[in-house]
Amino acid sequence: MVAIAESVPKPDSHFRFILDRRDVLGSLFVAPAILYVLLLVGVPFLMAVYYSLSAYTIYDPSWSFVGLSNFVDILENPVFMQTLKNTFIFTFGSQALGLILGKFGALVLLRPFPGRKIVRALVILPWAVPIALATVAWQWMFDSLYSVINWTFIALGFVTREEAPNWLGSPNLALLSVTIVNAWRFFPFAIVIFLAGITAIPQDVLDAATVDGAGFWRRNYQIILPMLLPIMTIGLVFGVVFTFTDLSIVFLMTMGGPVGATSVLGFAGFQTGITSGDVSHGAAISLFMLPVLLIVVVTMLRFIRRREI
Amino acid sequence: MAAVSTKSIIKKFGEVPAVNGITLDVPNGEFMVLLGPSGCGKTTFLRIICGLERQTSGDLLIGGDLVNELPPRARGVAMMFQSYGLYPHFSVRHNIAFPLKTQGVPRAEIDRKVEWASQLLGIDRLLDRRPRQLSGGERQRVALARALVREPTVLLLDEPLSNLDAKLRASARLEIKQFQQRVGVTTIYVTHDQVEAMGMGDRIAVIDGGLVRQVGTPTEIYDDPADRFVATFVGTPPMNIVGRTDGFLGFRPENFLPKQMVTDEASTEFKFRVDRSEYLGSERIVYGAIEGFDPKQVVTAKLPPAHVAEEWIRPGKWHPFAVRDRAMRYFDNNGKRMSRH
Repeated sequence: MVAIAESVPKPDSHFRFILDRRDVLGSLFVAPAILYVLLLVGVPFLMAVYYSLSAYTIYDPSWSFVGLSNFVDILENPVFMQTLKNTFIFTFGSQALGLILGKFGALVLLRPFPGRKIVRALVILPWAVPIALATVAWQWMFDSLYSVINWTFIALGFVTREEAPNWLGSPNLALLSVTIVNAWRFFPFAIVIFLAGITAIPQDVLDAATVDGAGFWRRNYQIILPMLLPIMTIGLVFGVVFTFTDLSIVFLMTMGGPVGATSVLGFAGFQTGITSGDVSHGAAISLFMLPVLLIVVVTMLRFIRRREI
Repeated sequence: MAAVSTKSIIKKFGEVPAVNGITLDVPNGEFMVLLGPSGCGKTTFLRIICGLERQTSGDLLIGGDLVNELPPRARGVAMMFQSYGLYPHFSVRHNIAFPLKTQGVPRAEIDRKVEWASQLLGIDRLLDRRPRQLSGGERQRVALARALVREPTVLLLDEPLSNLDAKLRASARLEIKQFQQRVGVTTIYVTHDQVEAMGMGDRIAVIDGGLVRQVGTPTEIYDDPADRFVATFVGTPPMNIVGRTDGFLGFRPENFLPKQMVTDEASTEFKFRVDRSEYLGSERIVYGAIEGFDPKQVVTAKLPPAHVAEEWIRPGKWHPFAVRDRAMRYFDNNGKRMSRH
């Protein structure tokens, strides 16, 4: 005789259908994300606040409370003011450049042409390649001796070998160089944002503008661009937040040099707090990002809400 | 003089033909409806007239001038789109003013014209709102105001009522028609809805497969269809078509009546086997087949109000029905209308 497994009646439990409840299951699924943010963002942030108000260094790990004196020290330091200024130029310069490149790139990629798919894939590369590799490549392109950029300029007769620019050696050019590299990294993202935004504009609206007599420029600047503003702002918020806190390009390409000309907040905080071991001042430098980012994000998000269409 | 005149317009997308040679004259002030099923080429034809598409071959004249090479803005046409195409980031005032601004019209003149157009359509109190704050009907009026403010030679409307609900559609139909009569602007109206076409058009051009099948007044289209396509596309239920040895015989359901109702003049009698009978309140639709013809060919009869309650017309039985001879239409084997059978 074949025994057929019989379902054994389980004792009724209070928790038997607990996972069928939306609120319970939902909380369960969200919990890891919340824990992650609390432990890896919240805790370090509070520690940074605490360090910045103390005299903690790795040589003298005392937790003595010193009030705001770390911040006063920093603000009185002209090198820091230079760093703050660099950070703004680096951030907003590269975003502006990236957005312009992104807009034109998107317009080019919207039109069908042979090989468009390949070009679309290639254009994503700057965003996809590891930042260290890309930066090393750019370092060679900006090199004082082997610069392919200078070689081209000389070959085209724009400059002579003697007056060829020393990209990473002179302060203003070095800041321009890191800004260009960051814009180059950002513009594929801008292209994707613009492509998505332009594709989302109803064809009827564009046709109406054409019939209403709007030419290429008017259509672009009075119809398409205003309709892209909300999504563009979101892209810009991301870009600003990532760039303002970024140190990788500066770290890999110039180490903040020459003489602090390309030092940015993230890099200065790292140098002071980790490399030099002055944790309290390093934390205070890093915290300068907070009010700026807060203002940028709040302003932009409010702007989006007002423009909502 | 014709406001719009097309000569053998052909449009191909790659190898695929969309418009197969349309020649059409729309006189000044006429309300012309282009009627056809979806994909028949009527919207493509409209887009060629306004210049959003370039025809593969053929000539287009607007106001007597050849405009083949002119961009949309130089053609003196205005177009209203299916989903209106309002600019979401502009106020209603700015939306209506936009076509004037692109023409470089002076500021005071723009204000005056926006005022005029918005009062004409009863939207003057909405001028400072954004399109998203408007109802469907209001959006439609704003789109119409924007199209009219330039005082175009021709007004092109691409299925303007398809985004409205059924109730609003009926009132908007009346409004557009009355409005067009008051302003007197030449209008070309594209639709797939025969009720709109019959109710609004001074003339209708029935289009299928990129060709004009027939141009005529609503009465001509309905009573004297040029071919089987027009006969079966216009009218609900469509004209009955039954095969004969030398072609086809057609008659409208409302002309196919119980024998005792058509005693006044010459008629032809058919034995009608009723399969199904639908009571629709104001009318009764009866489906079945007639003796001597293909039994699978469904024939419909539409009984007028006086006979709606006729209970004697029972399914499964044969009944004597008749069609007045002057209501019979004959088509040859190619589906073309024949004058005599």
